[in-house]
Amino acid sequence: MSAAFLVSLAASANAWMSGRAFPARTLVAPDADRFLERAPLAARDWVVGFFPVSLHWLVHSLISIVAVLAVFGLFFAFLTIIERKLLGRIQNRLGPNRTGPFGLLQPFADAVKALTKEDIVPAAADKLLHFLAPVIVVAFGLMGFAVLPFGRDIIPVELDAAVLYFFAASSATELAIFMAGWSSRNKYSLLAAMRALAQLISYELPLLLSIVPVVMLASTLSTSEIVRAQGGWTLGILPHWNVLTPWGAAGFLIFVVAALAESNRSPFDLPEAESELIAGHLTEYSGFKYALFFMAEYFGMTALCGLGVTLFLGGWQAPCAFLEFIPSYVWFGAKLFGLILGLIWIRGTLLRLRIDQLTRLAWKFLVPLALINLANAAFWSLTAGLPWPGQIARWIVSMALVAVPFVTIGRTLSAGLAPRTYKYA
Amino acid sequence: MLGSGILKGLAVTAKNFAGSYYDPARMVTVEYPEKRIPIPENYRNFPFLVSENAEDPMGTLRCVACQICEKECPPQCIYIEKSKDKKPDATGKLQLFPAVFDIDTSVCMSCQICVEVCPFDAIKMDQVYEIAATDRFNDLLLDREQLAKSNSYFHQIHPTEASEVDARLAAERKAAEEKAKAAAAAKAAVAKPAIPTAPAPAPAPKPAAASNAEAPKPPPPVA
Amino acid sequence: MTLVLAIIAAFTLASAACAFSRRNLIHSALLLILTWAGVAGFYLWAGAEFVAFAQVLIYGGAVSMIVLFAVLLTRRSIVDPIVTPASRSRVAAAMGVGTAVVAVLVAAVLNTSFGPEPVHAPTAEVRQIGFQLMGPQAGSLLVIGVILTIALIGATILAASDRENPRAVGASARSRMGKGELSTAGRRAVLPVHGKDAAS
Repeated sequence: MSAAFLVSLAASANAWMSGRAFPARTLVAPDADRFLERAPLAARDWVVGFFPVSLHWLVHSLISIVAVLAVFGLFFAFLTIIERKLLGRIQNRLGPNRTGPFGLLQPFADAVKALTKEDIVPAAADKLLHFLAPVIVVAFGLMGFAVLPFGRDIIPVELDAAVLYFFAASSATELAIFMAGWSSRNKYSLLAAMRALAQLISYELPLLLSIVPVVMLASTLSTSEIVRAQGGWTLGILPHWNVLTPWGAAGFLIFVVAALAESNRSPFDLPEAESELIAGHLTEYSGFKYALFFMAEYFGMTALCGLGVTLFLGGWQAPCAFLEFIPSYVWFGAKLFGLILGLIWIRGTLLRLRIDQLTRLAWKFLVPLALINLANAAFWSLTAGLPWPGQIARWIVSMALVAVPFVTIGRTLSAGLAPRTYKYA
Repeated sequence: MLGSGILKGLAVTAKNFAGSYYDPARMVTVEYPEKRIPIPENYRNFPFLVSENAEDPMGTLRCVACQICEKECPPQCIYIEKSKDKKPDATGKLQLFPAVFDIDTSVCMSCQICVEVCPFDAIKMDQVYEIAATDRFNDLLLDREQLAKSNSYFHQIHPTEASEVDARLAAERKAAEEKAKAAAAAKAAVAKPAIPTAPAPAPAPKPAAASNAEAPKPPPPVA
Repeated sequence: MTLVLAIIAAFTLASAACAFSRRNLIHSALLLILTWAGVAGFYLWAGAEFVAFAQVLIYGGAVSMIVLFAVLLTRRSIVDPIVTPASRSRVAAAMGVGTAVVAVLVAAVLNTSFGPEPVHAPTAEVRQIGFQLMGPQAGSLLVIGVILTIALIGATILAASDRENPRAVGASARSRMGKGELSTAGRRAVLPVHGKDAAS
């Protein structure tokens, strides 16, 4: 949290010192003068108004940090109980329903349990690194939220290279996982940390490659600009989101798979599954430190989903013109929640992948598809100005460029694998 | 097609999720302790002693302290002390009864051997499972008062077995009565011609009636 | 302004100093990563956001992995990678080289004529960097791409050839046994069984 604070301070201080107008953008959109839409920014400006002008940048940053922490902290707490109840329903059982009505107080019970559990640190462990690893993982996981546009002009830090910042922040979490595995002085933790690192760096490549077409077509790395580039509707009902184009759909699928792997979520949760090497790199962690790792995984997942919503699903844009009366931050929240529900659904359905299956999927399947997707997006961008029949051809060629490599590479990779036959069943 | 398996799997889980709200087959959780799963009839937990009626449980125990179950119990968890006196049982015959009948439920393994060997259908298996105790030794040693439950309770928990036992016991009782009636009739028939002719006609029905009423008493020797 | 620069400089220099004075190699590697983060702080202070995030992503995200994997996979024992200085002559040589480098840097700084401070801080917008990379600097971008591809291919070849290396213990030993050659352990296991069969 202090890291997020420092970065936010640095960016704000930088903007202040270089004399840029602050805040960088004011409310200028003509359809944004409804009360609900303006409410968060108006509230922030009202609080900032209490302080002298010289401290405005500090108060501005503090409000952003506190708002992000409060909203996403509560979101994380209720995400745990929602996930458990949804998984329960998928598995023909009820989730937790004893703590409070419908089990809604379960996260607080979990927090009390995590806080009161004994904190066991192995005697041979590297105490400083053992303590720092969960702290770093949570801090850098939270830093990713700084560049997500939650609504029209609602973004904690307005950066020119926002997407790059996001990935720089998430690459430090991989380092923390290694620190966790190594500082436990446990052979099995170290091996599991190595496997986790292999998984994370394998899937960074498809993740970044699937985002490059979006950046290319929006010709900017700034997340708020990318959302604005997905504005407008065809005939008032078809939004211009990236996911509704062939290359965008393929890119979105690759992004979702890579995001699942990057946040160590089923079916890619080999590093932390209960039946794998005890708990992998988290073996020697108990109590609140384990809760911090858990929290960091959920924050990472939420941040990656937020980025996916921003880059592919149109961010805070409404899907139809007549639904614009619903405030932009509600749309962002709804899309984020929908994507996370999809991830929970996938978790309840798919089997865990082995480490060699994981890495094979990343290097042999996702990377070639992402590269071909890049070429597809380039073709799409170059044929943007064609007349009406050309547009149909453009769609057909683009969809073929998605489908044909998918089917060919898929068939080639699963060539030697027949459906399992059971001799004695 | 690659990915079709995943899509089918997602459809299955979605059906499960939706069905869990209205289809009882897709929501198998029974929210204990508000609801309980109905127990099958031949479920057993620990034994109990059957007494004929609930008003006098100690006085109408079927158990006659024969100690067969005590000897047959594999972990030897039954402890019986016979009474000093006898009291009449359901057929009127005088029987002993258990003054002390203890079962140590921390030892009992619910094997039902005591039920199988009891010749009097006096001990049967109970079905209560909510018998958690706080004291490890005293609370788990059940004595006669805690073990005695009525025959109507037995009917409630094991209807078919209880009806079968009752039918069998009624038949046995009827057979015993028939036999007693036949024995009394035989004794009356034996006693009748042995009486001399002097008080022949008038006292003839009297000795028959008298011998009928006093069947257990041996007929006076007529020499 | 100077205070911020002084703090970032002190942090970077302190972590670098600790990095090469620690006996534990993993600690040194992690402190080196902290030094790279300090350099990223420099870039941020100078207003080059793109370069700062690229520095964190590439050095902190990728190069650090390489360093850590290299340290961990080339140690004799997995327990404690501690480095001991070899001899006095090595220490003396290191000091000499270090002094030479410092002398060169100081000379370069002293001989540079710094112009007047610019009125506006220079900005490096991402768009401008993109145009530069695709236009005047396209050649260097292609050369870097070729170098990275060569490195990737080389790594794949090294990893692949390791699997067929006959000195590898597990799989190749089993394949040798399958071809009829027995290792000593296998021979020892086979003979007593035959002896038992002969006796019975």
